[in-house]
Amino acid sequence: MQKITNPVELAAIAKQVRREVIEMITAAKSGHPGGSLSVTEIVVTLFFEVMRIDPKNPEWKDRDRFILSKGHCCPALYSVMAKCGYCPEDQLNTLRKLGSIYQGHPDVRFLPALDASTGSLGEGLSLGIGMALAARLDSSPARVYVALGDGEIQEGQIWEAAMCAPKYKLDNLCVIVDYNRIQLDGFVKDIMDLEPLIDKWRSFNWHTVELDGHDIPALQRAFAEAASTKGKPTVLIAHTIKGKGVSFMENNPKFHGTAPTPEEAKRALQELQ
Amino acid sequence: MPTRTKFELKMGAATREAFGKALVELGDSNPNVVVLDADLAKSTYTEAFGKKFPDRFFECGIAEADMVAIGAGLAYSGKIPFVSSFSTFLMNKGFEQLRVTAAFPRVNLKSVGTHSGISIGEDGPSQMSIEDISLACSLAGFVVICPADEVAMTKLVRAAAAYNGPLFIRAGRAKAAVVYGPDQEFEIGKSIELLEGGDVTLIAAGLLLAESIRAAETLEAEGITARVIDMHTIKPLDREAIARAARETGAIVCAEEHLKDSGLGVRVAQIVAETHPAAMEFVGIDNTYAESGSPEELLDKYGLRAANVAEAARRAMKRKR
Repeated sequence: MQKITNPVELAAIAKQVRREVIEMITAAKSGHPGGSLSVTEIVVTLFFEVMRIDPKNPEWKDRDRFILSKGHCCPALYSVMAKCGYCPEDQLNTLRKLGSIYQGHPDVRFLPALDASTGSLGEGLSLGIGMALAARLDSSPARVYVALGDGEIQEGQIWEAAMCAPKYKLDNLCVIVDYNRIQLDGFVKDIMDLEPLIDKWRSFNWHTVELDGHDIPALQRAFAEAASTKGKPTVLIAHTIKGKGVSFMENNPKFHGTAPTPEEAKRALQELQ
Repeated sequence: MPTRTKFELKMGAATREAFGKALVELGDSNPNVVVLDADLAKSTYTEAFGKKFPDRFFECGIAEADMVAIGAGLAYSGKIPFVSSFSTFLMNKGFEQLRVTAAFPRVNLKSVGTHSGISIGEDGPSQMSIEDISLACSLAGFVVICPADEVAMTKLVRAAAAYNGPLFIRAGRAKAAVVYGPDQEFEIGKSIELLEGGDVTLIAAGLLLAESIRAAETLEAEGITARVIDMHTIKPLDREAIARAARETGAIVCAEEHLKDSGLGVRVAQIVAETHPAAMEFVGIDNTYAESGSPEELLDKYGLRAANVAEAARRAMKRKR
């Protein structure tokens, strides 16, 4: 796949992805716009620039893997995968409908080009460790990327996995925490505060990078830093804005898991011109 | 071949030990086999694999949920992972991961729980797995296997590795009587009729298979010929053998080292009800948690002996139509 390295072009793709996210979730009348909009630049930068992938050959053994552990934000992933050519873009609006390849949470049975089925929070990092171990056993250059939600890392299994990956010195594993500070019931700091978050990962022996998760050049630098970090896995603490790009969705807990009304969608799409 | 010959039932290795040996053989023959454990490798007998193939053995620490999902990740990438722990920890602490990371996407993960049932003895009920069959069978698409002796375990571990899909194998801590000769063949989903008989059928798995053979010998002395079936695969069940037993003998006893209201017996009963309703009795743990004690004392106290199976057979026969 032709890589796109120009941040301006990547930002333009991110805007198209945001539009499709709004359209898909509006058509479905349910879904999770907030976290899909916060993770957009992360997924776009990975698929269009960073990962070694071939959408025409999704089963390529040495491909890089991407696990959307915060599976409810799959509209952003589906849109990006469609734009890469893995799956049809003109079916995106069948999201969540019976028989659709675009299931409510990522499901490899319906979309085999996905690297994993996810949806139950807290499990993706362990899956990523398994894939990273397999790549090492096979002397494969494949790298594994796992996107975690911030609320998600309240799950205990994340910290079991966070202990495990440095033990195995998995420098082919890179985690991105989409730190948008909002979860279903409200603000993360009120529900179950994560701070000091970077210190937690650092103390678990991870290489850590803190950045603005909407800043594409910063993401490009951070992924390059992760790839050149040897002997330990890397975590990017990506500060993001839930609902990014749509003024009335930004930092609004309501849009964690509520579809916009048709009127709201119209306003959102105007803002995303 | 079914026979009325006497079984010697000499004490053999525990099925967990046979599992460990079978893994080492598999490691030699298949480079894709990898093994994961959660700080119980000495007890689950995966340690030998780890010593022989250190690059393919992953010690995950006391973190069963993580271990199961790491195994699923390895399976996604084409490996044949065996994740192992005490059955109660694997199934109860890893259940959610078995469901969402293994069963739901149908990855090729092999989960093996040792120390099943109450015959683990002195450690007591927090370590005793008496609901693992129920939990494993509730995973859509899973295969669930409960070998009775060292021969069955060895052959069924090989079959498990050759099978493509998620499965659970139940192993025990206690030494198990040897039921099978070394040449016995096993096929996942195909039960084995060890004794033929027309008056009543005893369907058992695990340690209760040898008890059921002993029960059949007791019944024979009373003039009752009992068919004995090893239902080593609890999911998918051998529907044909169960229907035939119901039709031909009209009375069925199911015996297992598991809660009797949610294991092998109720699954067999479903097929009997669907095919040829027959009188049924159930030998198992009766809606309780056991306690510390020697394995022998526990099997006696909680009614998992040949005498219990024989008594259940007499009751079932009285209710035959």
